[in-house]
Amino acid sequence: MRQTPFRILLGLFCLLVAVWLVMPTLVIIPMSFNEKKSLAFPPSGFSWQWYANFFTNPDWLSSFFNSLRVAGLVAVAATLIGTLASLGLSRMKHSGAGLLRAILITPMIVPGVVLAIGIYAVYLDYQLVGTTTGFVIAHTMLAIPFVIIAVSASLEVFDVRLETAAASLGANRFTTFRTVTLPLIAPGILSGLLFAFVTSFDEIIVALFITSPYLKTLPVQIFTSITRDADPTVTAVGTIIFIATTLIISAGLIISSKSTRS
Amino acid sequence: MTARERGAAIDIKGATKRYGNFTALDDVSLHIEPGEFMTLLGPSGSGKTTTLNVVAGFTDLTAGDLAVGGNSIVALPAHKRNIGVVFQHYALFPHMTVGKNVAYPLTLRGMDKQARDRLVVRALDMVKMADFAHRYPSELSGGQQQRVALARAIVFDPPLLLMDEPLGALDKKLREWLQLEIKRIHRELGTTFVYVTHDQEEALVLSDRIAVFNQGRIEQVGTGRQLYDEPTTLFVAKFIGESTSLRGTAQTSGNETSLTIAGQKIVANGKLAGGGKPVVLLRPEKLSLAGTNTPPAAGQNSLTGEVSEAIYLGSGSKYQVTLRDGSVAIVRSSLEATPFSIGDTVDLRWSVVDAKLLADDDRADMTMT
Repeated sequence: MRQTPFRILLGLFCLLVAVWLVMPTLVIIPMSFNEKKSLAFPPSGFSWQWYANFFTNPDWLSSFFNSLRVAGLVAVAATLIGTLASLGLSRMKHSGAGLLRAILITPMIVPGVVLAIGIYAVYLDYQLVGTTTGFVIAHTMLAIPFVIIAVSASLEVFDVRLETAAASLGANRFTTFRTVTLPLIAPGILSGLLFAFVTSFDEIIVALFITSPYLKTLPVQIFTSITRDADPTVTAVGTIIFIATTLIISAGLIISSKSTRS
Repeated sequence: MTARERGAAIDIKGATKRYGNFTALDDVSLHIEPGEFMTLLGPSGSGKTTTLNVVAGFTDLTAGDLAVGGNSIVALPAHKRNIGVVFQHYALFPHMTVGKNVAYPLTLRGMDKQARDRLVVRALDMVKMADFAHRYPSELSGGQQQRVALARAIVFDPPLLLMDEPLGALDKKLREWLQLEIKRIHRELGTTFVYVTHDQEEALVLSDRIAVFNQGRIEQVGTGRQLYDEPTTLFVAKFIGESTSLRGTAQTSGNETSLTIAGQKIVANGKLAGGGKPVVLLRPEKLSLAGTNTPPAAGQNSLTGEVSEAIYLGSGSKYQVTLRDGSVAIVRSSLEATPFSIGDTVDLRWSVVDAKLLADDDRADMTMT
């Protein structure tokens, strides 16, 4: 019972940390309903105008669809490459597998700015700046580590001996993969796909370097808009993205936790 | 069609498997009759599982040939061999129901749903799991999973079924019951069974013949009775059943070998063909104990020792007798025999004809469990 004051203190401290972590994100939600054209907090009045602006203004809409297109392609490409890489790595008996895995994960560790400079320099030479191809290649590189981590986790709990059993029952390697391996690691692949999508969708550092007036992604549009004319539409966009990514990531986490448990 | 016609003969000829410097299989040859229940018995690392994996197609041979039903299958990949395999770890597909698991090999063979369902029900009936078709493997006990795995391995009617320590993960009671189930299924199917185990009792219960493996070679092939009564090597003698081995200073005269053990002389019929150091091997039930004051009967050997353990077993008694040279003899006596207790000085007696003369082999003791 003597511990009670300490427990209350601990509880308060935890609450403080939680507020500190979440507040900056939550602030934008009330701001997105501001009546005035300002980014002042607290907001005054209530209106849907910034949401309306987002859905009618061609600058916002085109950048939104650019992001959607790039993220969609990245999700597919990164999932494909990352899954194949994970399968290969999990079957490698050679000691080099660990090193190879580390190399494949580096884009997650290397500072984004450093990567961005390198990518920009190369892209200038190959005229990839401001192109969908350029965005997809760069973002796929950034997204592959997330796929590898997710798929490797589900391969860790996958019993390779099931493949031997399938062979004994008459399944060739492709059929075995399609009917046994793939269904069992599908949750890992799906969560990898979601993480890859989100990684591309909210990527800003590399995007700022390789963007052009003809191809802006949503984060770039947000950044330029807020630095140029303090347009409160960004708060509406922020709220939409926040809710969408929260949903996607939660789905990914739920799927992957389910697959590692079974 | 008689049951026997459905099994295939297996011919393993000069099978050798090397991993770098390690020889897992060393020139193994084995013929298995159609419909036979052959058990590959041996300690871990003896080559029995490697042999099974070679037959299944999971492991390639370094040298040698392998034929099923007279046709060489060395070049065929595992999925084209049409051989049923039951694994120790069940290996059921966790994302499929029991019914789907058993139907899997039939689906792969392009069988239509009606025929498939009929065979699945029949196979599940055979292993008494028909009521579980809609369950998932995770909802079943180990014994139930292994029965489903067995159904899945026989549903496509393979001419040969391989089983790799299928009861290894189960408790004793369940194991004994499933042994009888496997025996029944073997009788009903007439398929050739090749069964791997390190449990000699299991091998004796199940098999028509047993191949005893040691260090990548086959020591002896025979029925359980042959292996127990007429072992050709000390390793086989020690691996199958209990035994006492006696060593001493050997002398051969005519067709008789005598050993002097701690000053006492015993004789055994025959002599070692290849020379070498002889060992006299005795089974526990061939031995009897007597007080040192009763003289041995004609044709009996006698060695003096001290009872170091006396166990009452209900059906009789089991004794350990420490002989004067320090070796320990195991004796099983019937209920009618005079009981002895620990510390008694006794004579170990046996008929000369019951002793088996074998060449000494230090590998025999190394791998004993």
